[in-house]
Amino acid sequence: MDTKSIMIVGVGGQGTLLTSRILGGVITEAGYDVKLSEVHGMAQRGGSVVTFVRYGEKVYEPIVEEGCADVLIAFERLEALRYAHFLKKDGVLIVNDQRIDPMTVVTGAAEYPENIIENLSKKVKVISLDAMAEAKKLGNSRVFNTIIVGVAAKHMDFDKEEWIKVIEKTVPAKTVDINKAAFEAGFVF
Amino acid sequence: MEKKIMLGNEAIARGAYEAGVKVSAAYPGTPSTEISENIVKYPEIYAEWSPNEKVAMEVAIGASISGVRSLVSMKMVGVNVASDPLYTVSYIGVNGGLVLVAADDPGLYSSQNEQDSRCVARVAQVPVLEPSDSSEAKEFTKLAFELSEKYDCPIMVRTTTRLAHSQGVVELNDRIEVEDKPYERNVPKNVMMPAMAKGRHLVVEKRLKDMAEDACTLPVNKVEMNDTKIGVITSGIPYQYVKEALPNASVLKLGLVHPLPRKLIEDFAKKVDTLYIVEELEPLIEEQVKSWGIACHGKDILTVQGEYSANMLKKAILGMEINTEEPAKVPARPPILCPGCPHRSTFSILNELKIHAAGDIGCYTLGAVAPLNVIDTTVCMGASISTLHGMEKAKGKDYVKNWVAVIGDSTFLHTGINSLLNMVYNKATGTVIIVDNSTTGMTGHQDHAATGKTLKGEATYAVDLVDLCHALGVEYVTVVNAFDTEKLKAVIKEETQREAVSVIISQAPCALLKSNVSHKKCVALSDKCKKCGACLRPGCPAITKNADGTIKIDDTMCNGCGLCSQKCKFGAIETVEVESWILKV
Repeated sequence: MDTKSIMIVGVGGQGTLLTSRILGGVITEAGYDVKLSEVHGMAQRGGSVVTFVRYGEKVYEPIVEEGCADVLIAFERLEALRYAHFLKKDGVLIVNDQRIDPMTVVTGAAEYPENIIENLSKKVKVISLDAMAEAKKLGNSRVFNTIIVGVAAKHMDFDKEEWIKVIEKTVPAKTVDINKAAFEAGFVF
Repeated sequence: MEKKIMLGNEAIARGAYEAGVKVSAAYPGTPSTEISENIVKYPEIYAEWSPNEKVAMEVAIGASISGVRSLVSMKMVGVNVASDPLYTVSYIGVNGGLVLVAADDPGLYSSQNEQDSRCVARVAQVPVLEPSDSSEAKEFTKLAFELSEKYDCPIMVRTTTRLAHSQGVVELNDRIEVEDKPYERNVPKNVMMPAMAKGRHLVVEKRLKDMAEDACTLPVNKVEMNDTKIGVITSGIPYQYVKEALPNASVLKLGLVHPLPRKLIEDFAKKVDTLYIVEELEPLIEEQVKSWGIACHGKDILTVQGEYSANMLKKAILGMEINTEEPAKVPARPPILCPGCPHRSTFSILNELKIHAAGDIGCYTLGAVAPLNVIDTTVCMGASISTLHGMEKAKGKDYVKNWVAVIGDSTFLHTGINSLLNMVYNKATGTVIIVDNSTTGMTGHQDHAATGKTLKGEATYAVDLVDLCHALGVEYVTVVNAFDTEKLKAVIKEETQREAVSVIISQAPCALLKSNVSHKKCVALSDKCKKCGACLRPGCPAITKNADGTIKIDDTMCNGCGLCSQKCKFGAIETVEVESWILKV
């Protein structure tokens, strides 16, 4: 098998690290070699954050380079656009249809681009959803990242049961049920 | 054998555990923090947050002299703080093994410079091991303890952000219980007075020479012969890029990057047509290899700045054209203060009063950028107070009446205390604002000497910042709730005019602290909004504009700090009580 490359991008504080932890767990359970590369520290304070995940028989480079990602999971529209050129031509973009204005937009120094999802859909396969709205339906907006995990699971090659097992092990015990419900809510997209 | 996916830092902690380490000391700093946060999970190891890296280094030295294996970890700028004991413990050597993990940050993800700790180690004559993935991070940490005891010297394990914060598969082993070495009083070895140090300097030189020779057969320095057209000498994370970009090249992978195995390198160089040295940051290996008359490429084709990648090597070494799509032109998203951050409140007042601030290292450094535009300078930990003092001594006391120093609670305890003592001693009149959020924020909420809790989570004495400032000789110390903007404004106005050293402690817990659960939320009342933009000025990311220019507040981001409603003169923002909604995982 060729090495697969996944990217998870978003805004610091959105909970992308939980998603990469679950994904890493599923890949390890499947017996692959895997490297995940994360950003901690300063960028986690509301900056643009990216996690690289690569798995296969033997993985060397821990980062994903431009034009090499099989799946790009974006927690926010602008971040989807920022990293879209990392996708392979036949790659899949999963995007949470949420807008978080960067400070450059709030202060008027820059404009938030219009029609991001429509424009990206012309180039690559796009699956978009409003995970925040889905999470609110479940009664807890904070589980929107697990909903995105559910969507990603639907478009990747691992057993659904494996994902659920890893979620049970990864999230705090008190939140297992709501996270499992969130995963299921995402798995339909 | 159990296998686990581990962060580089987690693997280092595991390595320390398996090596039988008994003492660990550190001050938090990205990208090294998670080493201690994982070590503390092993009850066999005593682990602490020390107030700064110099103290941490000395704690580890003491543990080593007493006969146990000890680990000290820090980010690269922390190595500067710890360099005083480091340079001399190199002469003393060890009793129990002593390992320093130095975490470099090529690419500047979370640092104020891009220095290369290998250079520090070379000057301090300390050997350096450099792992290239999580599995090696664990194994090299264990090897470091063996080498430390074998050669009687401290060993540096050098990591970078990419290694520290990458996860990879690690095989777990059992802990080796290492017996404590007996302590014997040994003045010529352990007391570095000039006469003794002269003797020890010779020991250090000989040790490095012996080690360089032994390094030629050290298993972590390994040759992977392949096609001989291209030969690469590399180490650490760049090894991974080399394997990805040049799968057919011959590679000499150095696990020990100081001292270098000269004979091994010479032999390898002879076997290949063109030799490349691939190392991030400084040309440390390259310059030494060139000094032996060996022709090679390195920084002539590769940068000294930032991180490398496989594509970068394909372009530089193979001359490959790599056609990738242009990135979209999108607004930048730099890091910002979080919603509900108490620093925003303090900075909004400094901005309003047009007061300059000598800044420091922490989340509050983010106050330098728009829209707050408050922080004027950032040098290093603790520098805010002393740079303000220098300005006053250069330009006079009136000059600093529209200046303050801004420093966090953890940073003040790290290296701010000396600087404040100096202000009092040398008759300054400046004002220091301690932005006290009850934690070490930027690195992810570590306890410190004023939080009342140790790294182990045990209750302990919490130093009182007010008493501490008084003890240093500061007469005027005022504590203000950071969100009481009217009072804070009045206090800042008064204290900056006062012709004596004053300290304002602007206090409110970090909005992200698990213990700080908000029961409030701000709600915009669009019918009352006059679109004046006063609430937007502090730059809270939860507040944006509707299409008609009125403001809206993102209810998933807002934590109800109420700063925006204090700024609104028209009552267009209400703070309402809600059920505890935030799930902090």
